[in-house]
Amino acid sequence: MATALTRKDFVSDQEVRWCPGCGDYAILAQVQKVMPEFGIPRENIVFISGIGCSSRFPYYMNTYGFHTIHGRAPAIATGLKVTRPELDVWVVTGDGDGLSIGGNHLIHCLRRNVDLKILLFNNRIYGLTKGQYSPTSEVGKITKSTPAGSVDYPFNPITVALGAHASFVCRTVDVEQKHLGDMLKRAHAHRGASYIEILQNCNIFNDGAFNELSDKQIKADYQLVLEHGKPLIFGKNRNKGIRMNGQRAEVVELGNGITEKDLVVHDETNLALAFMLANFEPPLPTPIGVFYAVERPTFEEAVNKQLEEAKAKQGPGDLQSLLNRGDTWVVN
Amino acid sequence: MALPPEAAGHAAQSSALGGATRKSGERVESVVIRFAGDSGDGMQLAGMQFTAESALAGNDIATLPDFPAEIRAPAGTIAGVSGFQINFSSDEVFTAGDEPNVLVAMNPAALKANIDDMPPNGVIIIDREAFTEANLKRAGYTSNPLTDHSLDKYQVIQVDVTKLTTRALHDSGLNNRAVFRCRNMFVLGMISWLYQRPIESTIKWLEGRFKRTPELLNANLKALKAGYNYGETTELFTSSYEVPAARIVPGTYRNITGNSATALGFVAAAVKAGRPLFLGSYPITPASDVLHELAGYKNFPVYTFQAEDEIAGVSAAVGAAFGGAIGVTTTSGPGMNLKAEAIGLAVKTELPIVITDIQRAGPSTGMPTKPEQADLLMAMYGRHGESPLPIIAAATPADCFDCAYEAVRIAVKYMTPVILLTDGQLANGAEPWLLPDVNKLPEIKVNFRTDPEGFMPYIRDPETLSRPWAIPGTPGLEHRIGGLSSEDLTGNVSYSPANNELMVRTRARKIAGIAREIPPCQIFGDETGGPLVVVGWGSTFGSIREAVKQLREKGKRVSHIHLRYLNPLPSDLAEKLRRFEKVMVAEMNMGQLLKLIRAEYLIDAIGCNKIQGRPFKVSELTNRITRALEG
Repeated sequence: MATALTRKDFVSDQEVRWCPGCGDYAILAQVQKVMPEFGIPRENIVFISGIGCSSRFPYYMNTYGFHTIHGRAPAIATGLKVTRPELDVWVVTGDGDGLSIGGNHLIHCLRRNVDLKILLFNNRIYGLTKGQYSPTSEVGKITKSTPAGSVDYPFNPITVALGAHASFVCRTVDVEQKHLGDMLKRAHAHRGASYIEILQNCNIFNDGAFNELSDKQIKADYQLVLEHGKPLIFGKNRNKGIRMNGQRAEVVELGNGITEKDLVVHDETNLALAFMLANFEPPLPTPIGVFYAVERPTFEEAVNKQLEEAKAKQGPGDLQSLLNRGDTWVVN
Repeated sequence: MALPPEAAGHAAQSSALGGATRKSGERVESVVIRFAGDSGDGMQLAGMQFTAESALAGNDIATLPDFPAEIRAPAGTIAGVSGFQINFSSDEVFTAGDEPNVLVAMNPAALKANIDDMPPNGVIIIDREAFTEANLKRAGYTSNPLTDHSLDKYQVIQVDVTKLTTRALHDSGLNNRAVFRCRNMFVLGMISWLYQRPIESTIKWLEGRFKRTPELLNANLKALKAGYNYGETTELFTSSYEVPAARIVPGTYRNITGNSATALGFVAAAVKAGRPLFLGSYPITPASDVLHELAGYKNFPVYTFQAEDEIAGVSAAVGAAFGGAIGVTTTSGPGMNLKAEAIGLAVKTELPIVITDIQRAGPSTGMPTKPEQADLLMAMYGRHGESPLPIIAAATPADCFDCAYEAVRIAVKYMTPVILLTDGQLANGAEPWLLPDVNKLPEIKVNFRTDPEGFMPYIRDPETLSRPWAIPGTPGLEHRIGGLSSEDLTGNVSYSPANNELMVRTRARKIAGIAREIPPCQIFGDETGGPLVVVGWGSTFGSIREAVKQLREKGKRVSHIHLRYLNPLPSDLAEKLRRFEKVMVAEMNMGQLLKLIRAEYLIDAIGCNKIQGRPFKVSELTNRITRALEG
């Protein structure tokens, strides 16, 4: 690296046009803040997005960027990453873009383990189209398109990713700046598809959707911060923990004979544990952090390896002999 | 053009009926054979090998496979009949032939499905043992056509194919089913003898195919040779026929299908451009073979990405093009519908990709294995907003190579998506291909922008109006593009009304400007004009050219203009059409090019249309043209 980049180097000359107070600002600020730490020249970084509020993101990053069509960013990014594996490719999507119209591309990109950093902004609402329920909206949600309440059972973005055997799955919150920054760094360090669900507040159409996770007064009692190799402890006084009762998790208070040794210890490599944590519902706390992280071969590595092997075995392609292949005959 | 063997002389005719005099080498100019059997009978393989043998014998050839969409329809039923027609000739061949001179029918269903195409006195070779009561019933026969005199107007040659194959393979150790599957090689051997085809190429091919299963190799070779020898020794055929080599352009040839030529055209273009080829594709009939073929060329390098769906296929190609690869996608009609939005993105962001639509009969799922030309207007207009793009259509299987190559050349030069139209007939049909010298292929120049000085994403080349190809990884050119309306030059998001119109009109001018380098239209026939010109595009080329040629030989004044470039149309087309009193547009749809010509030029053209999932027969066209000339 020549000269070290700073946050400012990643700020584009475009005016940011999200609604005032939108959680997207906090995410943009944190991405721009951590980006210099990766030591990657700006020209080798590409942000690719679909459609939706979150998908305006690339315009605000002073890197290469491609604002594409609704739901297709993972497919477009796959074509780029496979042919240009040296690039650092990020995908920015939302709960509608990534889990509704583009759900198919998202799951296939995760199962293939394309080395993309996927930021899924989940605000549980359609913002850009002005307030319809999304595939992560809770049942009963009253919106413009569901005046009597939504009857759709929602997706859990984490179990969707785990179901596709994504190799890196984490969750964070827009206002948890340090945690968000840590997750971005973890995701970037991971080789393979890295999936970050960012709970993001839409203060216009779904304000307070994640209040219990962002309100400083109460969040410690609702939020369980996952740390690999550490017992599952939470609460303002860090006096609550998760213990297995048979095959079910339960909240216990530490003390009265219950010690940390009785608690579940987080293991990022345990898919079954990740599923269990992802399915926590009240009174269990909402986990944030890395649910699951394992190494497996990336798609673009495997594809390019086959190309290299073919070249090693057959030599570089010779066009004339390819055309002349098979039975030929000469007419004089 | 096709002279039936029986018309070559009385000796031939009587010999086919079982006359006693043995002769060799009746000379005939041209023969059309159709191999037909159950889907599992290997008729496509027999047909393709016969094609290879004929090509090696120096004939000009054209083929038309005709198979059901079902992989294995119930055995013995009409739905399961698979056919392969070849026209081989010592003269120039334009089509696979209207009517077969010889039909090989491996079972009653194959006979029933094809008998209506046979001319009186046509030769029908059948496997006698397949005409069992059960098979007759499956095919829907109420009486046995071999005995009820319904075939009296044809020359029926009954051969015990099954029994003879079984006898030849009695010591092969194979079970009955495996032996039964060698019948196609017996038939191929027999027909190869009949038309003096060398079987060495088939032997070589079998050796490759059954490299790992020597018992199957031996059985197939034995069946092939047994069939060949049977032809020679039996008195069923008193003569073999010779179709001399055609007088064709000197050079080295190979036999090629349209899909194979398309694949090679893309590889050639990528090699000449010095960039990797990336194919994003989702399996669909009849396009999948391009994906299969390209998957074998990894060392060039060629990336093939079997995507999760049609949309991902084209989207990944767009992503690859953004990164500087030659991005292509292949599909057929239903997939084209799904790709429309991503093609629009490539139009707006001005990225070079090639979308290949191997057209099939629609609407909806339609007839997946049958050809049609009804996607032209979708290619022209099937996107929202004003989104013009170049469209090129291939005329023959070998022409798919040139058209695929040209599509990439234009895409890269003008920074635009290009649609390449072929169809199911071209895709699976084959013809001899004069191998190009790669050094003489047109230049494909890729100029990635590297200089940050004065760079803007939408600054344009003054001649072509194309924008720079500025790929990620280039220092100092970091920029953002997207589907939102963008400001001239900077590419920044812009809702300015005047700017939007400017950008839409500029892109349209860019595409229209490609007409500058489209070669002048060739008039086959009356260069200075006449009573009628037939205009066609795509795979109808062969039928139209043959029909026009036949009529001109009879003194009729009809001409032919074939269009390879459908958008933009050649700039001299209107003037050349106006030289004629009547303009007829012949196409396998309800009149799509017809609409374009009427709309563009206010020329009162008439249509000649067929929507049967089958190419025009030459006779259909000659009748229609004759009526138009008289009317």
